[in-house]
This record gives sequence, structure tokens and C-alpha cells, in this order.
Amino acid sequence: MLRYLLSRFWQSLILLVLVSLIGFFVLNLAPGGPLSQYALTPGMTKEALDRLAEQMGLNRPLIVQYLDWFGRLLRGDWGNSFRDGRPVLDVIAGHLFATLLLMGASTLLSVAIGGWIGIRSALKEGSPFDYGATIFAMVALSIPTFWFGLVAIYVFSLQLGWFPAGNMYTIGDGSLGDYAIHLVMPAVVLALVNVAVWSRYMRSATLDVLGQDFVRTAKAKGLPPRRVLMKHIVGNAMVPMITLAGLQLPTLLSGALVTETVFTWPGMGRLFLDSLGYNDYPVVMGLLMFSAILVIVCNLLADIFVALVDPRIRLD
Amino acid sequence: MTLASPAHPAPRQRFWRSRAFRRFSRNRLALIGLVMIFVLTLACFFGPYLLPFDELYIDLRARFAPPGTGAHIFGTDPLGRDIAARLFVAGQTSLIVGFAAMLISTVIGVLIGVIAGYSGGRLGASLMRLVDAFLSFPAIFLLLTLAAFVSPSAMMITLIIALTSWMEVARIVEAEIRSYRDRDFVMAARMLGLSRSHIMFRELLPNVMGPIMVAATLTVARAILMEAYISFLGYGIQPPLPSWGNMLNGAQQYLASAPWLAIVPGVAITLAVTGFNFIGDGLRDALDARADHRA
Repeated sequence: MLRYLLSRFWQSLILLVLVSLIGFFVLNLAPGGPLSQYALTPGMTKEALDRLAEQMGLNRPLIVQYLDWFGRLLRGDWGNSFRDGRPVLDVIAGHLFATLLLMGASTLLSVAIGGWIGIRSALKEGSPFDYGATIFAMVALSIPTFWFGLVAIYVFSLQLGWFPAGNMYTIGDGSLGDYAIHLVMPAVVLALVNVAVWSRYMRSATLDVLGQDFVRTAKAKGLPPRRVLMKHIVGNAMVPMITLAGLQLPTLLSGALVTETVFTWPGMGRLFLDSLGYNDYPVVMGLLMFSAILVIVCNLLADIFVALVDPRIRLD
Repeated sequence: MTLASPAHPAPRQRFWRSRAFRRFSRNRLALIGLVMIFVLTLACFFGPYLLPFDELYIDLRARFAPPGTGAHIFGTDPLGRDIAARLFVAGQTSLIVGFAAMLISTVIGVLIGVIAGYSGGRLGASLMRLVDAFLSFPAIFLLLTLAAFVSPSAMMITLIIALTSWMEVARIVEAEIRSYRDRDFVMAARMLGLSRSHIMFRELLPNVMGPIMVAATLTVARAILMEAYISFLGYGIQPPLPSWGNMLNGAQQYLASAPWLAIVPGVAITLAVTGFNFIGDGLRDALDARADHRA
């Protein structure tokens, strides 16, 4: 167990270094590189820029620059936003709650619906329901999230008027119910793709468990079918889902970015696009690195969690 | 087991292919997908010749015409340009970008996958960690950052989409090549003194063409979606060159008055992506070697 955790931790560290190398490469692609923030200042001259480059150590060898950048990344010194001068990590933290709320609500929804579809499909393998679920999943995976959002706004806000077309709360209201009604549409739109993904995963995981001896034993010893389903089948099929939830996180973050844009939801995705619009590169780079690091950390946590619940790994 | 494994897999391959072909042609969804893509491609490349409007022709008297107004079957946009004409030309852009991005990313993915799978050891492991590192970035974040940092020509957009979509192919190819690495025909090739690259690309690669085809088809679907996402957000293909994604950019502000601006290109994207996904899924079922035992 300890050896497994240590090796898993070590892998994540290597991954972090590789991710930082890619990030550093992307940073140097920025127009003007790290100097871009000063190049736009009025009255800037070539000589002043060169002096700045000297001060910022940009004429040092790339490897030294990289180590310096990575060191500041680890220490939490991510630079300041061009827009308001606040530290990048503070700016990101200010938008984290909205994104987590959206992703959390959407994940609950997609795991519940997708899980139900997947289990039912597996139990009735080859039935019209199974076939229909397959087609639904493939079509749902093909619909652009933003377009589904636009159609949802058109139908449910503009035509029917059931839900607000955007934002997280009404200014001057902000009660729990107000948050909830604003959350419905973005959460459902973001959930669509994930329902498809979860239903496919859950279907194959359930089929795997259904073929196992212990399920036959449980049935043979006369346990009520409902108990076999919930405890033996679903319980065991859920374990790989934890790992998959971690692997699915990058897709979820991408989807959240697009959904937040369509619904003017004040989360990280919205911040990312605003920062792109203002050429606020420190925040853009910060969000890029933050999202990748979040993915690495969550995958590590998912694996630790699985190791804790799955005795086969615990005893390894 | 040893006797059954072929010294040269070519004859078995052909037999297996024909079975796969029969399985594919019996798959209703895959055929529907093929028809969808065929019709869409025809419409996009020949449709513009059948329409009375040029995709760039601006008619300010015909702004915001709803679908079915006169000869404007899909209506007109805020500048009075014919949406059908723009949709077809945009489709050419989106399909070409999707296809080109697939080709580039498949080449990258196959190269990395074959080298990692055949070499194994430290080199193989580091290459696969690189794949993991790229997969740690949410695709849209990486795409948008790259798109904002480079000059947004259609070529560049294609390149950066390819740069963010090769990992799936690499993973699949690596796993497949690794499973073939110690087979007898590879040993034989090694004993004959054939070069590493000959063994990797002439002996091993032909065996994994099936999974590569599946992954490539699904990558086209993904690339079309990615182009749509970043162009919708304004960082992809730039106007006046229309693409399905950038036709939707700005459609949100007219959602109440001119919903067809948003609906028409979205349906086209969904059809194209669904088509490629159906084909890819059908190919996967057809080429699945395990299915041979069941058939």
C-alpha cells in the first residue's frame, strides 16, 4: 500500500515537471514573451525594453529562466494580473467557487442519470433500451456544448421563460433559491456530454461485474435481487468510476469554460476568456497551469481513494 | 500457439479484413454515418454552385431574413448574406481543417506510439509520461492559449488542433505495438538483421492499421468539434473566411430575434460530428478481433 502510494506520488511529481515544461514552452510563444506586459505600455522604447529584459533575467540561458519560473510556480508566486495588479492566485481563487459549484452540480446530475442509464443498459444488454442508450450517447457526445446551451436559452429562457438566460444570481436578490434557478440550465447543459460518458463507462463496468463469480454466488444463495444489484453489482461497478472521474476532469473543465461563456457564469472559464480578451497573459498562463495541476492532484487523490476502498490494491 | 502465429501476417490480414468489411456493412449506424458524411461533403463542395448567392455577397435590404424568404432557404445573417451559401463554404473549411488536423495528429501519434511501444524501457515510459502530461491540460484551455499566442491563420489553427489531439492515437498505438513486440515474426525480423525502423514501420505498423483507422476517424470528429469551440469563442478561424464555428460567434446576441443564426450551423456541426462518430464506432466493432471468435 505504502509502496503503491509512494510510486503514484512520484509519478505525479514527474507529471508536474513535464506539465511545467509544456507551460514554459507555451509562455515563450506569447507575443513578446514574458515582456509582453510592458511592450504595450505607452511611451515604451526599445532601450527601456532591453533594460527590462536584463532586469527580469531574460538574457539568461533558457534553462535558468525555466528553473526560476518553475520555482516561483511552486512557491505560489504566479505574478500579477495586468488588469488590476492583483496576484494571479488571488484572482483565480475569486472565481473558483462558481466553477466548483457548476461542476459539482453537473457531476451529481450526470453521475445519477448516466449511472442509471448505464446500469439499466447492462442489465438489459441488447434490448431496445440498450440500443437507444448507445445512439443517445453517441449523439450527445457530438453536440457542441455551447450550441446546446444556445438552444436551451432560446427554448427555456426566451420562449418559455422558465429559467434566467445567464449569470449566477439576480443583483439584489442572491437568495438560495435564486442561485438554484440560475444553476439549473448551465448544470444540465454541462451534464449532457458527461451523462453520455458516464452511461458508457457504467455500462461496461456493470457488464464486467455481472460476469463475476461472486454475483452468481450472491444470487445462488438466495439474496433478494435488489440487494444483489445494489450491493454486489453497483457497489463494485462504482470503484472504477472514481478513477474515471479523475480522468474525466480535463473534459469537464473544458466543458465548464464553454458553458460559463454562454451563460455568463462568473467562474474560471469566464475569467480565462476575459483575460484572453485583455491580453492579460499572467492570468491566462496562471489558469492554464492551475487547471493542469488541479487535474494532476485530483487524479492522484482519486487513485489514493480507490486504493483505500479496494482491498486488492490495499494488500498489494 | 507458436505454430499458429504467422511468420508474415499478410494472408491472415486479408481474410480478417473481408470479415471486418462484412461486419461493417451490416452495421446500420455506421452506414447511416457514411451516408451523412457523404451527403454533407457533397453539399459543402458542390452546393455553392447550385445556389444563386455568393457567400460574401452583402445585401443590406435582406438583413435578418428568416429561413424560406425567397431563395434564402436558411435565411440571411446580420449583413444580409445568404446563410445556406455561407454554411456550405464554412463546411468546406471545417471539414478540411478537421481532416488535415486528423492527418497531422495521426502522424505524430503513430510516430510516438510506435517508438514508445517498440522501445519500451525508459524511453517508452518517458514518451508515455509526455502523453499523460499533454492529457493533463484541459483541451480548450490549451487550444485557446495557443490560438491567442500565434497568428490565427487557418493553417495555424489546424496545427494547434493537431498538437492537442495526437495523444489518444499515441496511447492506442503504443499498447498495440507493445502487445506485438515479442511475437515470433518480430523475433525473426530481428534475427534477419533488419533495421529497427524497418521492423517498427514495415513489420509492426501494418498490424495495427485497424485501431489507427478507428482512432483517426474519431479524431476527425474531435477536430471538427474543437475548431467549432475555439472559432465560436473568437480565437479560431477568422472572418471573412467562414467556418461552422465562427458562424456561431455573435449568434448569441441575436438569439431572440434571429434564432436561425444559431440553430443552422449547430445542426451542421452536430451532423458532421455524429457521422464521423458513427463511422468510427462501426469500424471499432468491425475490426474488433475478439468478435471473430463470436462470429
